Amino acid sequence: MNRPVHRTFSFGRIAAITTNTFTELSRLKTFYVLLLFALLLIGNSFFMAQLTFQEEFQVLKDIALGSMSIFTSLLAVVATARLIPQDTEDRTIYTILAKPVARFEYLVGKLAGVLLLLAVSVLIMSALFFAVLKLREYTVLSETVRQMHASPPDQVAEALDAVRASSFSVSLLSGIGIIYVKACLLAALTLFVSTFATTTIFTTVVMVFVYFIGHLQAIAREYWLQANSAGWFTKVFLALVALLFPDLQLFNLVDDIVAGTAIPLALFAKTATLGLFYTGFYLLLAWTVFYRKEL
Amino acid sequence: MMRIFVVLLSVALFGAAKLPVEQTIAAAHRRLHFRAVDFDPGLREQIGQLGFIAGLSGFRALVADVLFVQAHVAWERTEWGRVLLLFRQVTTLQPRSLLFWDMAAWHMAWNASAAALRDSTQPRLALRIKAQREYFQLGKDFLERGIRNNPDRPQLYEALARLYRDKYNDHQHAAEFFHKAAVLPGAPSYAKRFAAYELSRCEGRESEAYDQLHALYAASNSERLPTLIRRLKDLEIKLDIPLNQRILDPAP
Repeated sequence: MNRPVHRTFSFGRIAAITTNTFTELSRLKTFYVLLLFALLLIGNSFFMAQLTFQEEFQVLKDIALGSMSIFTSLLAVVATARLIPQDTEDRTIYTILAKPVARFEYLVGKLAGVLLLLAVSVLIMSALFFAVLKLREYTVLSETVRQMHASPPDQVAEALDAVRASSFSVSLLSGIGIIYVKACLLAALTLFVSTFATTTIFTTVVMVFVYFIGHLQAIAREYWLQANSAGWFTKVFLALVALLFPDLQLFNLVDDIVAGTAIPLALFAKTATLGLFYTGFYLLLAWTVFYRKEL
Repeated sequence: MMRIFVVLLSVALFGAAKLPVEQTIAAAHRRLHFRAVDFDPGLREQIGQLGFIAGLSGFRALVADVLFVQAHVAWERTEWGRVLLLFRQVTTLQPRSLLFWDMAAWHMAWNASAAALRDSTQPRLALRIKAQREYFQLGKDFLERGIRNNPDRPQLYEALARLYRDKYNDHQHAAEFFHKAAVLPGAPSYAKRFAAYELSRCEGRESEAYDQLHALYAASNSERLPTLIRRLKDLEIKLDIPLNQRILDPAP
């Protein structure tokens, strides 16, 4: 009788772990609380936007995209930080790894589950955001038509075009895409930290520091690369920050997109590719630590 | 131990490899006006520690919005000093947002200046006028800094032109800035017309203004607005244009 051939790498096994991880995470109360807060903030931006009587959409977009950024970053860290410690505590990890499942597959499956959850969250928030934006656009368009009913048609058309142009732009989609890529990066980095951390709290605290340092990395890098009179100790410190941490400021494009700066496709592609490289690299690092870890 | 060494070495090597990529993307950001804010100690003093940290954490726009809402509340309470301080912070955090520069200038040059002139606590008119002129200047400063940060967008040039026209009665500068706005992409169609109107009010430049207004008049029927026809008619008389070259429309 022929025995089934065991493949060293199987998408089927990864898909099974991904599905389980996604189901498990989507049942977390934390997820719903965070999502609810994000949705409330996005919904609330509709009313906040009414504070301004010029360029009504700026405050709305700032708050909505800011909420999306905060929520996805938080969720990426909180959801990933508990994956390995929780599996260890529940003893699930022993059951899984006792089967012919490679540790790399286990890590890929776990990370993919988080990324799927993040993708679903971003889609839900984007849907609400665009609904609020369209609703606000509709209100402003109606008000503009009412206020300009006595003006010549070409002036009315110009005013309506201006309203439409300040409401939705393709760059918003790119901005949301970059928010997601940043969350993927943070999730992979959290997975790496959690492979050597002993508790979820430790991983989360480390990631909070990494998050802040990551946003300062650009300053450290530029100061280090500039020819200046800083002492060798400072230079070594700055070099370490620049080399060891990702530049998270590169992924903060939404602030300027909302302010009207268009994001070219090439820049979006470069930033997204860098983010995906980071994600892949931190996954490999996580595997390096995890593959011989005693469980 | 070996594994830790391998991990650290990999991180350092990857770090060295990613540096040029990060530098290239950061340079592209600067070229395209992304990340136009320098997080230096000066900014930290301006926006406070909490705002500085929030700004550094990637929530610059959100912090700017919160400060903008605070500025709105301060305006409702007519606390002009606080409005000025908050708008300085807001515009420092979001220098690419035209709304903030425009609103800051409007509050200073229009609202605060009017309040200063009617200030019942100051009995001396000369001092009230001096305060009013200072607020005009603050509004102008906001718009000039806004233009330096957004040289490619027409809205602030237009706002500065309006300020010169309405507050300084300086038609020369108003014409100059309306013209600068008109030549930029995305400029409203009236900017060119307004530049010509302002020019027509400048002593010694009537002939130039006449040429511009006549060119607009000839360009399309939609440009033949009552104000444009009136200005053209005035200039025809002032410049003594021969009757056969004058426009046929009756004076509105």
